[in-house]
Amino acid sequence: MSEPQLSVRELVTQYVTDEEVVHAVNGISFDLAPGDSLGLVGETGAGKTTTAYSIMGLLPKPTGRIAGGAVLFEGRDLVRASEEEMRTIRGNQISMIFQDPMTSLNPIFSVGDQIAEVLEIHGTSGRSDALARAGDMLELVGIPRERMSEYPHQFSGGMKQRVVIAIALACSPKLLLADEPTTALDVTIQAQVLRMIKDLKARLNTSLILISHDLGVVAQVCDKVAIMYAGKIVEYGPMADVFKAPLHPYTEGLFNSIPRLDVDHDRLSPIKGLMPDPAQLAEGCVFAPRCPYARELCAARPPAITECRGRKVMCLMREGLVEDRMGVGDE
Amino acid sequence: MSPHTPKPEAGAAAPAGQRGRRTGPAEFWFRFRKNKLAVAGLVVVALYTLMAIFADQLYSYDFVTENQIPNAFAGIGQKTDVDWHDAQVPHVYILGADNFGRDILGRIVHGARVSMIIGFTTIAFAVLVGGGLGAIAGYYGGSIETVIMRGTDILLAIPNILFALAIVAALGPSFQNLLLAIGVTSIPVYVRLVQAQVLTVKGQEFVEAARALGARDFRIIVFHIVPNCMAPVIVQATLGIAQSILSATALSFLGLGIQPPAPEWGNMLSDARSYITSAPHTLIFPGLAVMTVILAYNLVGDGLRDALDPKLKR
Repeated sequence: MSEPQLSVRELVTQYVTDEEVVHAVNGISFDLAPGDSLGLVGETGAGKTTTAYSIMGLLPKPTGRIAGGAVLFEGRDLVRASEEEMRTIRGNQISMIFQDPMTSLNPIFSVGDQIAEVLEIHGTSGRSDALARAGDMLELVGIPRERMSEYPHQFSGGMKQRVVIAIALACSPKLLLADEPTTALDVTIQAQVLRMIKDLKARLNTSLILISHDLGVVAQVCDKVAIMYAGKIVEYGPMADVFKAPLHPYTEGLFNSIPRLDVDHDRLSPIKGLMPDPAQLAEGCVFAPRCPYARELCAARPPAITECRGRKVMCLMREGLVEDRMGVGDE
Repeated sequence: MSPHTPKPEAGAAAPAGQRGRRTGPAEFWFRFRKNKLAVAGLVVVALYTLMAIFADQLYSYDFVTENQIPNAFAGIGQKTDVDWHDAQVPHVYILGADNFGRDILGRIVHGARVSMIIGFTTIAFAVLVGGGLGAIAGYYGGSIETVIMRGTDILLAIPNILFALAIVAALGPSFQNLLLAIGVTSIPVYVRLVQAQVLTVKGQEFVEAARALGARDFRIIVFHIVPNCMAPVIVQATLGIAQSILSATALSFLGLGIQPPAPEWGNMLSDARSYITSAPHTLIFPGLAVMTVILAYNLVGDGLRDALDPKLKR
């Protein structure tokens, strides 16, 4: 295996206000090899977007801060990089796609200008070259070059998101962070955009972190998946394995919340309860209050990251400290 | 095939084509033109501006400042000979003459030059300074914002005309000081307006997106935030021009603005007020000039607001 391009180690991100400290991300670690794609999945408030912002150094000031850990990008620690260094990395080496294409384009500039802007910022080309390249990028995402001089309001939602993708990929970044890129789009356009992200990723050899609350979306694009819960990665492994046989009760719960074509459901069984308040996290396993398999020990002892069948799981059942009642057979 | 089938296709194609044709300034002009009053206002503003530009060609400046005592209070359209460069020259007083026998229309024409310059420069100054401060306050927040906004509050607490009066009284009445006084008193409105706009715009995702592209603060403010704040500022500025013309008139009326014998609408009104019963035309015409210009600017401002309002778009 090659040297990881991006290595997130024990990242802890907090939002500090006068009243409380919100523990948004609590010591997550993962590696990403060049060309890899990782899906970050979890409920609202699980810390997915905060993870992305931590990598980009875009945490809201002054509340957001990285309290520990490191984000190594090609060996360089982005947590300790200066704002000046980060600016040369953002948009150039690491790009981000935002959730809502309706608002992530500036309404008063033509799309061509907006694609050209990122090229100008990073000084890769002059004005005319940048505009020519902007046309190429538009064609790459399947929009005719002639529409370069049109404004965002003249495009449909799906096309806007393609423009956003064109902007993100204009400088041929090494890593692309996509924060719920399809949430604001309808299902048909969603499939189209995902296929495009997948194709372009392969063509430009970009690594990808795809953030989504939708397991289906991640399944279409990613090789690996990390399930996040309350700021922790509770299960991390190859996508197919995780989907076939979840090792963490939360992952299992997520799958049980989705209807399956091959099973007759009377009712879906959602995960009971709500995410814990990230300002007041329990001492033991964060998922214990909602876990159908939880025992007394779960509420007292925080689970450690355990290797299990090539995956990393945070559950006492995998540590062998609590009886495994999930029915995961030995293989 | 159902008879309805072709229709949606045709309907879907047509608006897309139409939208493609009109963009930016063309679309703006199309919407502005629909407001007939605003167009009328624009015509009036244009006429006054032309009048101001060609004032010297219409009336000699010396002629409108030189006393012609024998012709004092000449009536509307009166034809007489006037002393001009040591000769008797026939002259028609189209709008009559004032208490010194000076041509009222001539003084209005030259007064327009003063008023238009005051209107433009004071507001341009206020928009640049106030807008800049507002953008900085809104974007950075924190203690910078506190200093700028509380300073603005202090300026706002003093009545405009009183503050301008204080500045002119302290620095002495001159054209530059008048510009400065009116310009400074106009600043707070733009600080507040732009700051409020920046607060709403900076939370939008495209600003975050620009930051994610590696753009500097300066670039984000100048290229992404400020252009998105401009619509209300442009409207406020047109209304502000009317306001500052009025302030200049008021200051001149109080004897602190343009000094006689230089023609300015305010001091024309001030001179004429003693003769309101005996020679009302000396008061009415400069008054009408002030009124029409201010009305015209207000109409243009209203029209701009409608044309730039995104809610009324399409």
